[in-house]
Amino acid sequence: MLKTFLIGIKDVRLAFRDRAALILMLAAPFVLTVGLGLVTGRFSSKTSSGISDIPVIIVNLDNGQLGNALADVFNSADLADLLEPAIGSDPEAARKSIDEDKAAAVVIIPEGFTKSIIPQQSDFANGNVVAADPVKIEVYANPSRSTGAGIVKAIVDEFLSRVEEGRVSETTSIEQLMFSGRITPQQALAIGSAMSEGIETTAPASTLAVKINSSTANGDAVKFDALAYIAPAMALMFLMYTVSYGGRSILAERAQGTLPRLLVSPTNSAQILGGKVFGIFLTGAAQMLILIGASSLFFQLKWGDTLGVIVLVLAAVFGATGWGMFITAIARTSAQVANIGMSITLIFGIMGGSFINLEQLPFFVQTFSKITPNAWALDGFTTLGLGGTLTDLSAPVIALLSMGSILFLVSVVLFGKKNLVQK
Amino acid sequence: MSAILQVQNLVKNYGDFKAVKGVSFDIEEGEIFSLLGPNGAGKTTTISMLSTLYTPTSGDAIIGGHSITKDPMGVRGIIGIVPQDLALYEDLTARENLIFWGQMYNLSGKSLTTRVDEVLEQIGLTDKAKDRVKTYSGGMKRRVNIGVGLLHKPRLLFMDEPTVGIDPQSRRAILDTVKDLNKQGMTLLYTTHYMEEAEELSNRVGIFDHGEMIAIGTQKELTQQVGEAETLILHVGENDDSEALAKTLKDIQGVQQATAVDHEVSVVCAEAEEVLAAVVTKANDRGIKIRSIDIREPNLEAVFLHLTGRALRD
Ligand SMILES: Nc1ncnc2c1ncn2[C@@H]1O[C@H](COP(=O)(O)OP(=O)(O)O)[C@@H](O)[C@H]1O
Ligand SMILES: [Mg+2]
Repeated sequence: MLKTFLIGIKDVRLAFRDRAALILMLAAPFVLTVGLGLVTGRFSSKTSSGISDIPVIIVNLDNGQLGNALADVFNSADLADLLEPAIGSDPEAARKSIDEDKAAAVVIIPEGFTKSIIPQQSDFANGNVVAADPVKIEVYANPSRSTGAGIVKAIVDEFLSRVEEGRVSETTSIEQLMFSGRITPQQALAIGSAMSEGIETTAPASTLAVKINSSTANGDAVKFDALAYIAPAMALMFLMYTVSYGGRSILAERAQGTLPRLLVSPTNSAQILGGKVFGIFLTGAAQMLILIGASSLFFQLKWGDTLGVIVLVLAAVFGATGWGMFITAIARTSAQVANIGMSITLIFGIMGGSFINLEQLPFFVQTFSKITPNAWALDGFTTLGLGGTLTDLSAPVIALLSMGSILFLVSVVLFGKKNLVQK
Repeated sequence: MSAILQVQNLVKNYGDFKAVKGVSFDIEEGEIFSLLGPNGAGKTTTISMLSTLYTPTSGDAIIGGHSITKDPMGVRGIIGIVPQDLALYEDLTARENLIFWGQMYNLSGKSLTTRVDEVLEQIGLTDKAKDRVKTYSGGMKRRVNIGVGLLHKPRLLFMDEPTVGIDPQSRRAILDTVKDLNKQGMTLLYTTHYMEEAEELSNRVGIFDHGEMIAIGTQKELTQQVGEAETLILHVGENDDSEALAKTLKDIQGVQQATAVDHEVSVVCAEAEEVLAAVVTKANDRGIKIRSIDIREPNLEAVFLHLTGRALRD
C-alpha cells in the first residue's frame, strides 16, 4: 500500500517536471479555453473584475403577483451591481433597442402569466378549476452580448424553476422565493393560499407548467456562460492526454530499466502496477483541479457545488485512467502509446463534445460519445454549472466509474498475457 | 568460509537460442568473484536470473539459503544489483533517486536519510546531490546507478559491467569503490569483459564464453592451466594485415596460439625469447613493419586465448 502510494507520488513529480507534458496538460487547455472564450464573446462584456451593469429591459404586461415578483428580482439590491434594469412598456420598442444594441436582453412577461400558473379566486368561484396553458416568458437576447443575455436568461430560468417547483410542492417554493428575497411575506401569503388551493386540486405534478421561450435576434441558442462549458471541455480533452502519458510511462520505465529494477527490489508486481495506475490517477486529478482552480481565479468561473465538482473530477479521472491503462495494454512500445493517446485525445475531444455541443451532432456521434469519459463528465459539469448538486450527478458518476472498472479489468487481463519483462 | 551463492546447473533459452547452457559455480562469503567473458557470452542473462528478474529455463540457485525460483522475495532482500544499463529517473535529482529506491528497499524515516547521505558520500556526489541526474556526466550517472544498489547494504552485490563507456578517472573511482565495499565485508559478483579489471579486483574468476563457464579459479590457478606460457604483443601498422600475419605465426615452432585484434597480434608461447627472432622474420617476409613488441607474463587474456582460440575483446 505504502509503496503503491510512493510510486504514484514519484510519477506525479516526474510528470510535473516534464516540460513537454506540462504544456499539454496545463498550458494547452488553458490557452484554448481563453481562445474559445474570446471567440464566443465570453470576455467582451465584462470588465477585469467581472461582469457588471448588464442593461436589461423588463416589459411587465402581466402585473400579477408572479410577474411583479420577477420584475422585483431584476430590481433587487442583490443584483444591483450586476444588472442595470430599465422598465419598458412596449415589447416591439424593447426588441428594437436590442437590435440597436442598446441592451443585452429584453424580458417580456406576457399578460396573464400569473393567472396561467396560479388559479385565481375567481376561477374557483365560477367552477373553472383547470389551469390554463402556461404563458411563456420571452427573453429576447442580444447575440453580440451573449454573456449578459445568458445571465439574464439564467435569472429568469432560476425564477421559473422555483415557481415550477412551487407548483409541484408549493411550500418549499414559497419559502425559497421568500428566502431569496424574491417575494415579500405579504406576497407569500397571497401566492401560498392561491397555490395550495389550485395546485392540489388541479395541476398534475408531472406536467411542465412553465416554459421559457428564449430567442435571440438571429435565432441562436443562448448559453449561460460559454466558459462554463468550454473550460471543462478543454480540461477533459487534455485529461485524455495525461492518462496516455501516464500509460506511456509504464512502457518507458521498462525500456529505461527502472521497471526491471523495481521488479528485483522487494516490491511485488501488484504494488508496482498499482503504483503506476495510482500515479496516472493522481496526475490527472491534479491537472483537473489546477485547471478548475485557474479558471475560477482568472475568469471568476463558477463551477458549482464543491462536493459535486470533486466527486465528478475523481470519477472522470478514474474513467479516463481506465482508458490510459487500456491503451497501454494494447500497445507494444511507448511511442505507440503516445500516438494512440494523441489520437484518442482528439477523437474523444471532438466526439465527446469538447468543441461542438453534442446536441448539434448526428445521432450516431451522440451514441458513440457514451464511450468517452468526456461526454459523461461534460454532462456532469454542465449540470453543476446550472446549479445542480451531487445528487443530480448519479448518471455520469456511475457511468464513469463503470467505464473505469471495466477497462481496468480488461487491461489487467491483457497485461497478464503480455508480460512486462522478458521472461 | 561458506558459500553465499550456489548456482546449480542454470539454463536459459531465448526460444531456440541457448544463452546460458547449464552453469554451476559457488561464491564464497566475502569474496569478489568476477565473471569474465566477451560481449554476448551470457553474463547479463546469468545475473538477470540470479537477481530473480528472469525465470531460469531450468536449474536453480540458492542465495543466502533462499532459492531464486521458489523464494524470489527472500532473495531480493539479500541482494543488491547494479544493472549494466543505467536504471535511474533522469528528471529526479541524485538524492531523490536514492530516496525513492531506498523506499522500495523498505527503508524509511531517519535511517533512510542517513543512509542516503552515507551513500552520496561514498559515491562522491554529496555536492551534486540536488542536481537532476540528466545533467550529469556518464561517469556520475554510473556512480548513482551503483549507489542505488548499495542503499540497503546487501550481503551480495551484483555489478554488471559497471565501467563500460566511461572515462578512465571515473573508472578508477568505481574500481576503488568496489574494493572498499569488499573490505567492509560485502560479497561481490562482478562481470566484465576487461581482463585487467578481473585481475585487479577478483579473488576468483569464472571465464564465460558462449553461455558456458569454461574455467574457474584464482588467477594463479587459471594461468597455470596455460603452463608457464608468455604472450608476445606485436603492434603493427594501420594498413598491415594483422589477421594474415597471425595465421602464419601459428606455424612457428613453439607458438601455441596467435590472434589479431585491430593492430595488435598476440602470440602465446612457452618462451618468448625462443620465438622472437622467427616472429620478426615472418613479419619482415610479409612486408609488415613491427612498431613495438611487449612481452607479458601469463595473464587471463592468455588463458582465454588458450581455451577458445579467440581474443577476449573481439
Ligand atoms: N531478451 C533476449 N532475447 C533473445 N536473445 C537474447 C536476449 N537477451 C540476450 N540475448 C542473447 O543472449 C546472448 C547473451 O547475452 P547477454 O547475457 O546479454 O551477454 P553478455 O552480458 O555476456 O554480453 C547474446 O547472444 C544475446 O544476443
Ligand atoms: Mg551484458
